Amino acid sequence: MKNKHLAGGLALLLGFGLGGTSALAVDGLQSDPQRGEVVAKTCVACHQADGSGRNVPNGESWPRLAGLPQAYIARQLRDYQEGRRQNSTMAPFANMLDDQGIADVAAYYAGLSVTEGQGGEDVDDATLARGEELALRGDWNQYIVSCQSCHGPGNAGAGGVFPGIASQHAGYIARQLNQWQKGERDNDPQGLMAAIAKRMSDEDIQAVSAWLSRQPVTSAQGDTK
Amino acid sequence: MKLRKLTLMTGAMVLLAGAASATWDVYKPLFELGYAEPEEDQLVHIPPTLEDLEDADMRPELKAVIRRGHDLFVDTQQLRGRHVFNDLNCASCHMDAGRQPFSAALWSAAITLPDYRGKNWQVNSLEERVVGCFTYSMNGKPPEYGSDTMLAITTYMQWLAKGAPVYPDQEIYGRGYGSVDEPEQEPSYERGKEVFAQRCSICHAEDGQGLKQDGKVVFPPLWGDGSYNWGAGMSRINTAAAFIKHNMPLGQPNSLSDQEAWDVAFYMNSQERPQDPRYTGDVHETREKHANFHGQTVYGTVREVDGHLLGDHDNTGEKGFLRPEILRSRTFD
Repeated sequence: MKNKHLAGGLALLLGFGLGGTSALAVDGLQSDPQRGEVVAKTCVACHQADGSGRNVPNGESWPRLAGLPQAYIARQLRDYQEGRRQNSTMAPFANMLDDQGIADVAAYYAGLSVTEGQGGEDVDDATLARGEELALRGDWNQYIVSCQSCHGPGNAGAGGVFPGIASQHAGYIARQLNQWQKGERDNDPQGLMAAIAKRMSDEDIQAVSAWLSRQPVTSAQGDTK
Repeated sequence: MKLRKLTLMTGAMVLLAGAASATWDVYKPLFELGYAEPEEDQLVHIPPTLEDLEDADMRPELKAVIRRGHDLFVDTQQLRGRHVFNDLNCASCHMDAGRQPFSAALWSAAITLPDYRGKNWQVNSLEERVVGCFTYSMNGKPPEYGSDTMLAITTYMQWLAKGAPVYPDQEIYGRGYGSVDEPEQEPSYERGKEVFAQRCSICHAEDGQGLKQDGKVVFPPLWGDGSYNWGAGMSRINTAAAFIKHNMPLGQPNSLSDQEAWDVAFYMNSQERPQDPRYTGDVHETREKHANFHGQTVYGTVREVDGHLLGDHDNTGEKGFLRPEILRSRTFD
């Protein structure tokens, strides 16, 4: 990471765009992960320098951003700005960004390697088995379709819409599912996630969150940019 | 079934019939999602799960075959280039690995075949039914009769029917994709296109080509070379409408109106796809010859929006042949 910081600072000194790495357009804006790294200086207090975030037991966990799809990150930031996603901690930081900043910081985090999920350490085998069932096969009697049917192979993400959830922190996943259940989060396209979350029990949420947090993501799988 | 209905109506207090009412209870969440409740005299069967398989008192060799069948069913792409020549898995159109009612659950085939099928005007065995799936839905070259692959798939299907009566007199609950009432208005390409954009394209993409991630199909293509061919049951508008109504968008069954289901099925099935393996060289002749099937497709008709004659081509998709040699006709005259 030190080298990357150095490289980013160097690129800043030498002028933007010199690196010319993965300039992906978001909303018609050319993004630059090196500029994004500079923008991300305000994010590291919670999301950490490597984008790993942190599982906070009994508190508000900070999600891993490393390796999430660029389009997904950008969309969440815009949703915070425009009130489609509510979070009092996150909103002020999102509001500091302009469109270019969103595109750049999203590109930066999308390019980082997926880090390990936390929070699924002290869970019994039965819970993990239920989590695996929900993640890989679903529970169709409850009409809970499997996580991977949308979140992709290995639950490592699919396209720009469905983020990787394997190796995400258990506390974060559980909180999101709870919020979808209660309607406190509703920025999922077509209500696809809310429909499933509302059919899950508290035990289901705990189980699938724990199981997913323990699943490693290979670099090839994480490459969802 | 009468007993089951009665039990349900009199409440769960009769412990004696607990097993029967429990059968119903499993599907209760489905009723809340808009699925029809079983009618009196309908046969309801809850197929076993993989967990049941592990617990079952059964030869380990047999369990291994069933597991293999399940694995082939959910990851049919492992047969790509040998038996499968498009991007689909069996489980793409059979939810919950072939267990789900109104999603062409597999067990009904296992208890009703061999039977006469209008599609090829003869009595078909379970293996021949599977040959049909590979020929049309997978645009493929079916596994040989009696092959390991065929045994695994048909054994899995038969195991799912465990406990259900063979050749039942009763109607089967949730058979096929169910049906959707005829729409009030003629299905419309333009309206269907709009439904597709609003409700389907987030997964299947604006161009209907779906999404692959790391080379694996996440959301299957709905038309084009990667999808089912013009002879697949899903190319029929009524079949597709019922599948869509009762299964799509994934996780939100029964959320489209009947009209929307018909419209989007019409739109989806008004796109090009690989040639019907029964093609005679003339699309009109083929349509006429299989009028009982193509009466529900738009194959061999002109697409109004651009005047394109659908199915008028020699494209067989990824496979290098039109008709699998394994298809055969028989008569007992």
